[in-house]
Amino acid sequence: MSFTVYTKAYSAPEYNKKDILRYAGVREASEDITALLEDALSEADGKFTYKVCYAEMPIFAGENELDLTFTKTSSKNLQKNLEYCDSIILFSATVGLEIDRLIARYSKISPARALMLQAIGAERIESLCDFFNDDIKKEKKALGKFTHPRFSPGYGDLPIEIQKDIFRALDCPRKIGLTLNENLLMSPTKSVSAIIGIGNS
Amino acid sequence: MASALNINIKEYLKDNILYLDGGMGTLLQESGLTPGELPENWNISHPDVITKIHRDYFNAGSNVVNTNTFGASTLKFSSDELDAIIKAAVENAKRARDESNTSHPKFIALDIGPTGRMLAPYGDFDFEDAVSVFAETVKLGVKYGVDLVFIETMNDSYETKAALLAAKENCDLPVFVSNAYGEDGKLMTGANPASMVALLEGMGADAIGVNCSLGPKALSGVVKEYLTYSSLPIILKPNAGLPRSENGKTVYDVTPEEFAIEVSELIKDGVRIAGGCCGTTQSHISHLVQNSKNIQPKEIVKKDITCVSSYTHAVIFGDKPVLIGERINPTGKKRFKEALKANDIDYILKEGIAQQDSGAQILDVNVGLPEIDEVKMLTTSVCELQAITDLPLQIDTSDADAMEKALRRYNGKAMINSVNGKKESMEAVFPLAKKYGGLVVALTLDEGGIPDKAEDRLKIAENIIKEAQKYGIDKKDLIFDPLALTISADTNAAKETLHAVELINEKTGCHTSLGVSNVSFGLPEREIITSTFFTLAMQNGLSAAIMNPYSLEMMKAYRAFLALAGKDENCSNYIAFAQKLPAKVENVQSVKAPTPESTDEYRSELQKAIIKGMKDLSASITAELLKTVPPLTVVQEEIIPALNTVGVGFEKKTVYLPQLLMSAEAAKAAFECIKSTMPSEKSSDKCAFVIATVKGDIHDIGKNIVKLLLENYGFDVTDLGRDVSPEDIVKKAVELHAPIVGLSALMTTTVPAMEETIKQLRVSAPWCRVIVGGAVLNREYAESIGADKYAADAMETVRYAEEVNSLLKNK
Repeated sequence: MSFTVYTKAYSAPEYNKKDILRYAGVREASEDITALLEDALSEADGKFTYKVCYAEMPIFAGENELDLTFTKTSSKNLQKNLEYCDSIILFSATVGLEIDRLIARYSKISPARALMLQAIGAERIESLCDFFNDDIKKEKKALGKFTHPRFSPGYGDLPIEIQKDIFRALDCPRKIGLTLNENLLMSPTKSVSAIIGIGNS
Repeated sequence: MASALNINIKEYLKDNILYLDGGMGTLLQESGLTPGELPENWNISHPDVITKIHRDYFNAGSNVVNTNTFGASTLKFSSDELDAIIKAAVENAKRARDESNTSHPKFIALDIGPTGRMLAPYGDFDFEDAVSVFAETVKLGVKYGVDLVFIETMNDSYETKAALLAAKENCDLPVFVSNAYGEDGKLMTGANPASMVALLEGMGADAIGVNCSLGPKALSGVVKEYLTYSSLPIILKPNAGLPRSENGKTVYDVTPEEFAIEVSELIKDGVRIAGGCCGTTQSHISHLVQNSKNIQPKEIVKKDITCVSSYTHAVIFGDKPVLIGERINPTGKKRFKEALKANDIDYILKEGIAQQDSGAQILDVNVGLPEIDEVKMLTTSVCELQAITDLPLQIDTSDADAMEKALRRYNGKAMINSVNGKKESMEAVFPLAKKYGGLVVALTLDEGGIPDKAEDRLKIAENIIKEAQKYGIDKKDLIFDPLALTISADTNAAKETLHAVELINEKTGCHTSLGVSNVSFGLPEREIITSTFFTLAMQNGLSAAIMNPYSLEMMKAYRAFLALAGKDENCSNYIAFAQKLPAKVENVQSVKAPTPESTDEYRSELQKAIIKGMKDLSASITAELLKTVPPLTVVQEEIIPALNTVGVGFEKKTVYLPQLLMSAEAAKAAFECIKSTMPSEKSSDKCAFVIATVKGDIHDIGKNIVKLLLENYGFDVTDLGRDVSPEDIVKKAVELHAPIVGLSALMTTTVPAMEETIKQLRVSAPWCRVIVGGAVLNREYAESIGADKYAADAMETVRYAEEVNSLLKNK
């Protein structure tokens, strides 16, 4: 079974400041927090890359097992998520290493700013994933198909170990500079891999 | 029989374009390789398929084919498997060469791709481990008889260095190095072409260039930068554009005809080694050869660029004087010495960041102190600095062992401080500079000392150049320091040094650097003398100065000089600088600032500054207070009450985490002020607290927050960092007899390491209480792995530590 791995580079999605604050543990922003956020944003802005690599592949439901082409799994949660789907988009996305560097730098001199940068990074990768998902959704809708919410390794009973298969299938280091370490952590850290189910409506 | 054996590839390159092969992966997929299957195994399972692909490339006109060993390393295969794979891979290529029907020179390259792992500090792969992994592959390639080593598709400068070092240490074959650039013209980890040229030329690569990622047109910008900066033959091995799926097959959008035309254009611009990467086929190569065979190879011109680099950019000497920050140096600095003795790396890191923020372009790193292990400290400092600043470093030590270890680990081309005209010095430093690359600062002194006359210093410089050449070090990689001596001892000292700057520059063509601060030693108001001397030296052609970037007088001299010398377009840098001068800033503030709020609700000015999170204000008020109030009183009656106010607010959820941290930073600034006023004064008597992120985990934001708060509350915190082994944590806990150890883990996959650490602590440090925290933990989970306490946030840790501390005291 063969599939083509594509890469896509996006331009910056709009910032969602509410989400950033939520990730930083703030419900109501006071003046000083807003100032901290704006300051951190102006430094981080322009230091992201928005890269995705992905491939589309058929899936086959077995007795107790789901054949995802790139691997097989017995995850019940994923099976539920992929009900009525006949194929998936497997993707990995990253906003690059620069934000990790900024966070490392500020954790030495200003943990408050490091925390805010951390929150910005989290918002950036989520926004990138949303952007990509919308892209796929539109593309599939035009073909009369629907897409499911993305599902990541580590959600529910889908084991994190499946990351190894994803990295092998998508060749993430070469395609988007994303690596997996021995404990299945990704570097750059602001990165996501996930599965999007596709079905006929 | 193969014609290549008698022809030296480097000789051949002098008069010819060297053609490489094209893609391997896409062709293997067409032959049935499934995604995820390791292509290297096909050397053994499908030797005929591999041999045919190589043979077709030779027949298409390739001079070099790369063995099918892109991912062949001990990370993916056992040693025996790897041996068998590389043996088969080389045999396949040799058979293809024997069977090919063309008569041009043919070479076999050992193909080495990236490991797919990220090196520390951003990943968990140690640099030396990477070197060892590459070394295994190189040794086997040599054993089975390849003609050269081809390191390719590297998208990280540090991993590239590891691979090149492994090749250089394990063979005498020519080594080609090719990197994969993104659309932004940088490697994935940030390096631009100029910095890669600096690194790779410095370490002795034989040809360098670019491959993969994009089509030829999209890579042309990067290729042209290589041609601008490099004196080596340049490689171009692009993809056939971008992939798309056609009837279930992956196809690429640049046709062989287009590919040939686009690559030929870049051959006309100077590319000397050309082939293809992903999606290119025999047809792409044969079209390329046909299309470009009549192009006269462009002569490779030696570039006399004096530069250093980091993992992102190069700093080039010549156009504008370069500022080298001198503050990471214990000489004459009590607080710095204390930090070194206490192994307080963070203190050094902060000096690095502050100097960068003040305008330094390179940082000198000197951590030599008789009481400490300089070799270890220097390497650690260099690695840690490179995790938080992208400035190139000047490694400053007289210990050859320390110099070697630091140069080896350095990610880029470092500045080496220093060599001098003494035989012994040159014998120690030049071999290191040759092996690891580097720009060597050469002091114009020798066995006879420092000559009085500029002419005699020039003679020493000329001698150093001659000696360096014997090691194969070009004079562009030497920068001379003609030594600034104090005018308080000799009125003519500055005059001779200034003359020497001019003379060395004129007679040798080399750049110069000075440690300018020495000139005013022993005089009052030193900055006046130093900054004026700096201006005069720049006017005489000085290329770099080791100086204090915090000194306003020095920065004034620098900015004004650039504006006056026509090196600051529209004076824009000067204007930006002038607008930020302290006096101006104060004026602006005094106009803007509303009437100060009453401090009543905050009890005092200092408490207000801390509660509001105002770092600078907190430090300056503390400095004032310390003139009349004892340090311990400041801590107990000002800082701690302010912190408590914020801490309680945080627990009541009226204060959010960023505010808590801003206050903690302001409190830390106050503490720092106390420490620098009285370095040996102990401001607290609380117990030791060892903190670490457990093995395998690289998340440390939470841990850093806890550490900061604990320090604020006066605990004697030893931070072991992240990814720390159980053994190291236990060792420290025993050594300090620490009553509390705090452990952090963020991933389910690293909780077992936490459990193991606790287990070992129970055995070797049974007195110790273990508190744990991190995103994946909760109370039950913490209990199940044997922790004494789970803390949901930083304040909870502080409360627990206070509890333990008072228990100990009441005993």
